[in-house]
Amino acid sequence: MAQRAATRPAITPNGSPAAPLPVAAAPALGRAEKLELYYFMRLTRTLEERLVSLYRQTKVVGGLFRSLGQEADAVGSAYALDRTQGDILSPLIRNLGSMLVQGATPLEILRQYMAKGDSPTRGRELNIHFGDVRRGFIGQISHLGDMVPVMAGVTLSFKVRGERRVGLVYVGDGATSTGAFHEGINFAAVQRCPLVVIVENNGYAYSTPTSRQTAARHLVDKAAGYGVPGEQADGNDVLATYDVTKRAVDRARAGGGVTLIELITYRRKGHAEHDNQSYVPEGEIERWSRENDPIDRYAAVLRDREGVEPQELAAIDARVQAEIDAATDTADASPPPQALDALVGVYADPPAVPPLWFREGSGAPAAAAAAERPAGWGTYDG
Amino acid sequence: MAEITYLEAIREGLIEEMERDPAVFCLGEDIGAYGGAFKVTDGLMQRFGENRVIDTPVSEVAIVGAAAGAAHMGMRPVCEMQFIDFISCAYDILTNYVATARYRAMLPCPMVVRGPSGGYVRGGPFHSQNPEAAFLHTPGLKIVSPATASDAKGLLKAAIRDDDCVLFFEHKYLYRRVKETMPSGDHVVPIGQARVAREGRDLSIITYSATVWKALEAAEELERADGLSVEVLDLRSLSPLDDDAIIATVRKTNRVLIVHEDTRTGGVAGEITARITERAFEWLDAPVMRVTAADVPLPYAPQLEDYVLPQTADIVGAARTIARY
Repeated sequence: MAQRAATRPAITPNGSPAAPLPVAAAPALGRAEKLELYYFMRLTRTLEERLVSLYRQTKVVGGLFRSLGQEADAVGSAYALDRTQGDILSPLIRNLGSMLVQGATPLEILRQYMAKGDSPTRGRELNIHFGDVRRGFIGQISHLGDMVPVMAGVTLSFKVRGERRVGLVYVGDGATSTGAFHEGINFAAVQRCPLVVIVENNGYAYSTPTSRQTAARHLVDKAAGYGVPGEQADGNDVLATYDVTKRAVDRARAGGGVTLIELITYRRKGHAEHDNQSYVPEGEIERWSRENDPIDRYAAVLRDREGVEPQELAAIDARVQAEIDAATDTADASPPPQALDALVGVYADPPAVPPLWFREGSGAPAAAAAAERPAGWGTYDG
Repeated sequence: MAEITYLEAIREGLIEEMERDPAVFCLGEDIGAYGGAFKVTDGLMQRFGENRVIDTPVSEVAIVGAAAGAAHMGMRPVCEMQFIDFISCAYDILTNYVATARYRAMLPCPMVVRGPSGGYVRGGPFHSQNPEAAFLHTPGLKIVSPATASDAKGLLKAAIRDDDCVLFFEHKYLYRRVKETMPSGDHVVPIGQARVAREGRDLSIITYSATVWKALEAAEELERADGLSVEVLDLRSLSPLDDDAIIATVRKTNRVLIVHEDTRTGGVAGEITARITERAFEWLDAPVMRVTAADVPLPYAPQLEDYVLPQTADIVGAARTIARY
């Protein structure tokens, strides 16, 4: 330990784990489920590749955020939730895979990115910032860490109502530096909320390496400070990710409260599509791509341990491609939002705010006030 | 029925709503076993149990964020800020998460954030603030600021039943100083409706919260000493503002003084002035004027605090200036 500390901080992804990482087995999963994990990882990657081409065609209105290389941690962890029990997660910008597992569709994602009027947020919000409580995901906001206290409250409601439901919230290495993260996990720990907090350590928060984010040797070490169990796992191993999350989910459902999990992974693309990653040491991305791609690794596991034939995986790939082709056609044909819809839905009551007078053309409020003016205007007695 | 204080009226409103709806619960610092710094929630934990009156860590972000999450799940949380000054710790999650939830994500967020605001109590810079202007600027939040005991109860019940987030700014100076017999039955005061606290013909004072009482004192003196008939409009709700009531009083008296305890620049009075100018400019016989706190952090010493905050004599003097204009 001392020797490792002397050489360099152990903070990942270029350092060493806190302890040997658990070997993935996922004994609870059958063959069909293991193939489904592959399907969701492939769906995530292919959908993002489609978004890249739409971005280049300027059909994506805003920025594009990739989870290339992180598909296993998103899919494996979300897969450990029980959708029949009403478990809920709150994703981050690189958890497209988690949302797909919960039932978000490629069509919704495409419409969101393309700012369509029939997108889940009717053109109000960007990219994968949307949710659906019934399907078990609550949309994030851009202020990192804020979803931790929100999910503390979601799971507090599960606890006080005696429901056997579990919540899962994702944060990145960067968000662990926020006050909201600290307040939220501390509150949930004290209340013994059924909440799993996953820290995805992908090495960078925008351009800032994790070693500049924290002086802690490992992000999982923070668990001790909150008095909750902490576990670390290989985020690029989908079965390991599933295993570690499943243990935490089971613990939470049994009344064991909060678990903090650190998943070690690597962000192979920039913060967003525009980011040229000039801050990344030469060769680092290529090494992770070559040696530690989560889909390549999992395909080998399926082949070697499950006896899955290459043509079975090829069939899944083809199915994914067809689904995304169909969704792209539909999304492309979707209408844009109507401008006046911008004024609807800030409150339940009133349901809409009135157009401003200079947008009405007539200057309505001023004109209406003027029209009501009595002959002897300016005095109460007229 | 006996008179109860403004503080007891808030407690009565909480109890009635918690009895009416099992989804209503309270969370905040020291509100349970201790009953709250001002004892607003005294006895509630004994009555409703630890799951409905939750003592939290010192974590305003967690209190507000957890309330939002619970509200998404169908609960109706009532958060207490021990002093409303600490709501600024939760500014991000209130303005970015809570206020936008319905609009950006169709997520209902029915919750109340309440707490003691205001000065005149020698509380110094961090136990005397009036934060309404910071939140008036945020679409998606509602703000109420009651001056009377019955409005405190009725507006709190309306806030708890509202389907969006309501900031409930109660005034600690009024907690034990104003009393009233509560209206019988299920007393709910609709959000967004002002109240004419005193009828008048010559001049209108538009105000809210503790300065309603100072405006009423001033109106009394102006009538006695100057023969002026002064109308006092108690806004009660700041978001939404009751534009119709504001314009009605402008048309009636044609002279307007706006009074608030909060600091001047960027305050609520500026917004009201703009609305009057846009909608009733031709009804004015004098410029709209403001009596507010000076633009300084609120100091502690009585000589300093009294100088900074609006006093009855300031309102009387300002009203005379407008009446003479």
